[in-house]
Formats: sequence, structure tokens, C-alpha cells
Amino acid sequence: MVSYFSDIYNGFISLLIGMGVTFKEFFKPTVTVQYPYETLTMTAKYRGHVELIENDEGKANCVACGLCARACPSGCITVAGEKPEGAKKKVLTKYILDFTKCSLCGSCVESCNFNALEFSKEYNLASTRKEDFIFDLLQRLEERNK
Amino acid sequence: MSLTLLNVIIAVVVAIAFAALNAAYLVWAERRGAARIQRRPGPNINGPFGLLQPPLDGIKLMAKQLIIPGGVDKILFIVAPVLAMFPAIMSFVTIPFSDTIVAKSMDVGILMIFAFASMGGMSLLFAGWSSRNKYAMMSSIRAVSQAVAYEIPMLITTITVVMIAGSMNLMEIVHQQSASILHWNIFPLLGNSHNLLMPFSFLIFFICTLAETNRAPFDLGEAESELVAGFHTEYGSMGFGLFFMGEYANIVIGSCMTTILFLGGWSCPFGLFPGVWWFLLKLYILIATFIWIRWTFPRTTIYGLLNLSWKILIPLSLLNLLITAGLIKVF
Repeated sequence: MVSYFSDIYNGFISLLIGMGVTFKEFFKPTVTVQYPYETLTMTAKYRGHVELIENDEGKANCVACGLCARACPSGCITVAGEKPEGAKKKVLTKYILDFTKCSLCGSCVESCNFNALEFSKEYNLASTRKEDFIFDLLQRLEERNK
Repeated sequence: MSLTLLNVIIAVVVAIAFAALNAAYLVWAERRGAARIQRRPGPNINGPFGLLQPPLDGIKLMAKQLIIPGGVDKILFIVAPVLAMFPAIMSFVTIPFSDTIVAKSMDVGILMIFAFASMGGMSLLFAGWSSRNKYAMMSSIRAVSQAVAYEIPMLITTITVVMIAGSMNLMEIVHQQSASILHWNIFPLLGNSHNLLMPFSFLIFFICTLAETNRAPFDLGEAESELVAGFHTEYGSMGFGLFFMGEYANIVIGSCMTTILFLGGWSCPFGLFPGVWWFLLKLYILIATFIWIRWTFPRTTIYGLLNLSWKILIPLSLLNLLITAGLIKVF
């Protein structure tokens, strides 16, 4: 008989404790990020596709040495450059990244000796066409500077 | 209030509007409340704070095709959702919101409300049986056994209150409690019963309302993890909409009854600002508790559910009935 009532009492108390928990949660701020309307900033170590780093003049740091293209295990990177008349360094004319093959290993970034490559924070990548993932990084750099 | 034709029409329109509006916006409140408890924002796209969500849901449901699956019992299949909604609206006829706001004050008001409330159980049985679906069938059996089990303690508790008030008229019951907060049936230190066990009766009644309206944690009738959607598995379109609205309208009725029977109806605790808003305040606090409970507790098992009723609620409510009867005799 005692256990009958103590069961009821203990059950009721535990229900009240549960309700207390949800009551407290009710007044806490929401933690959901409303994705299309708000986005989180990516962490410093986030690996998006690679992007060219620009110098102070808005040109690419890249000297078209081609080390990144060689380091790439998947052969995603095509680099081309030319040496204008009277210039000391080569100037980048083409930097194509085939992101469909890229596995984000980061060998290109590691191999770069001129601080010319970085991971972007881009993650909203979706398309129905393969061609959309072949990026012209030089063009992207110019668009960024517009 | 005399029962002229105009009064009747106005009362019906107001009752339907009140029930439908409440049903629609309780869904919104439920979703927002659930979201807050789970630390989500909830519906917030349609209109400010998502306030246009219920009408848009309604439009969506009405625009859908009403599918009647092959092999169902057509008449019962169509009758069931109507039967879920209309007792709820009928009950509003006799529920008094204040001294003047009542469609028809009846001497057997409580009896009428319980008579209509038990028809709700019938609609679930019709829906489950006519659907020709094993999940719906099982769910309706559960819902009916639940409704039967919880109607008993609910009625016993109501009889306790009726004995204290000496009347089945809801107006009269409220008037009995209107002297002060200590006359309320939830804790009647003054008044004519002095029964200190009445808070338990209040709890029993509240739990029974939860169970009678098939609300979580007693929503075994529509246990979606095991029975698809329970008795309304085969319903789409406005058939489903009516079940849904009926459920919420029943919550409003249950809370109205709890307010009237235990919380003194529209009587104000300290004589401040008397009026209908006290009734609405108590009503919506109770409804908020309904929502709060739903998003706190997981669903019980069918055994736990029936054990709670037969082993705990019925003996305790009977005990309290006896004590109350004795106390009324003594004082």
C-alpha cells in the first residue's frame, strides 16, 4: 500500500521535473540557422575549392610555375603563363580547376611557394551540369575585384 | 437570454467561428510552442511570426481531392470526420464565457457536454472501422478503450463538483465559486465542502481531459510510430482537416470545462477587473499547459495508459467522491 502511493508520488515528481526542463528550454534562444536567409561563417580550416590569392594590385600572386598542377594527384589543375616583354616574372594567363575530379587533398596549396593558393569558403555548390564545376580561377579573381 | 431565431443563428455562427478560429490558431500555437521548446523558430515564413500559416494550411487542405479508397464503408467513412467536429461545436452552445456570454444556459449543461464528448469516441470508431485498414482499426480500438477508461474517472470527478455545487447548470457552478479565490473548487477552503483533496480531483480531471482528447502523452490512437497515422490514416483533404480541427476544438472544450468546474470560470481571483477575460486567461493558460505537456513527455504504452486509469485515477476519484459526500454532510 505504501509503495502504491510512493509510486504515484515519485512518478508525479518526475513528471514535474520533466516539465521544468522543457519550461527552461522554452525561454532559451533558438539555435537553428535559417539556412537560405542566414548562413554560418565557415571555420578557418574549412576546405572549399582552391582560390587564387591576390596581391596589393589586385593581380594574382601566382607566377605560373606549375608546381600545383604537378602536385595534384587527380590532374585537376591546368596552368598557363607567359612572360611579357621586359618583365622579370611570368604572368598567369590561365588557371583552370576541374572541381569534378578534385578531392580537396590540399597538395596544391602545400606545394605552392608563392602564397598564391588558398582554400575558399565556398560550399553552396550545386548544379545539374558538369561544366559548372570547371572553374576559371583567374576569371573568378577578376570578378571578385570588380 | 430568450431563444429567438436570430439569437440561435448568431450563437451558431459565433460558436463555429470561435471553434474554427481556435482550432486553426492552436495548431499555430502548438507548432510555435513545440519549436520554442526544441529551440527552433517554428513556422515563420508566412506572414509575421508565421501567423498566416493556419489559413494557408486550410486552403491547401480544401483544395485537395477527397479520396475515398476502394472497399471502405462509404457512409460511415464520410460521417466520421463530421461526427468528430460537430459535437465539439455543439458543446459550445452551453458553455458560459461570462454572466452574459452564453448561447443557452441549460440545467443539464454538464450532462449535455459529456453526452456530446462521448460521441467523439464514436467518430474515432467509425473512422477506424470504415477505413478497411488494419492500422486504423487497431488505433480505433485503442482510442475507444482509452475513451471508456478515462470517461469514468472524469465523470466521477465531475459528480464530485456537481455535489458541491448542487447543480448541473454550468452558470450555477461558476456562481457557487465566484465569491473569492478560496471558493474555487480547485482549493475550496471556504464554500460548502472544505475538501482539501480537491487539488487531486483537479489533477485527475485534467489528466482525463488529456486522455479524452487523445493528446500526447496519451495519443495512442494516432501513434504515428506504430500505426501510421491511426484512425485517420485513410483520410486526406478536409476529412483529415475536420479530425484535426475536432481534436483542437475538443481541447478547448476540455479546458473550458476544467476552468468552469475547478477554476471558478470567469470569476476573478481578487475582485479585479471582472469580465470574460479572466475566463479566457484561465482557458489559454490551460491550453498552453496542454501544449507544454505534449512536448515534454513521450507517449505511454497502452498498458500504462489503462493501468493509470483503472488502478490509480478511478480509485482515487472514488475516494474523493466519498470524502466530499461526507464533508458536505458534516458541514
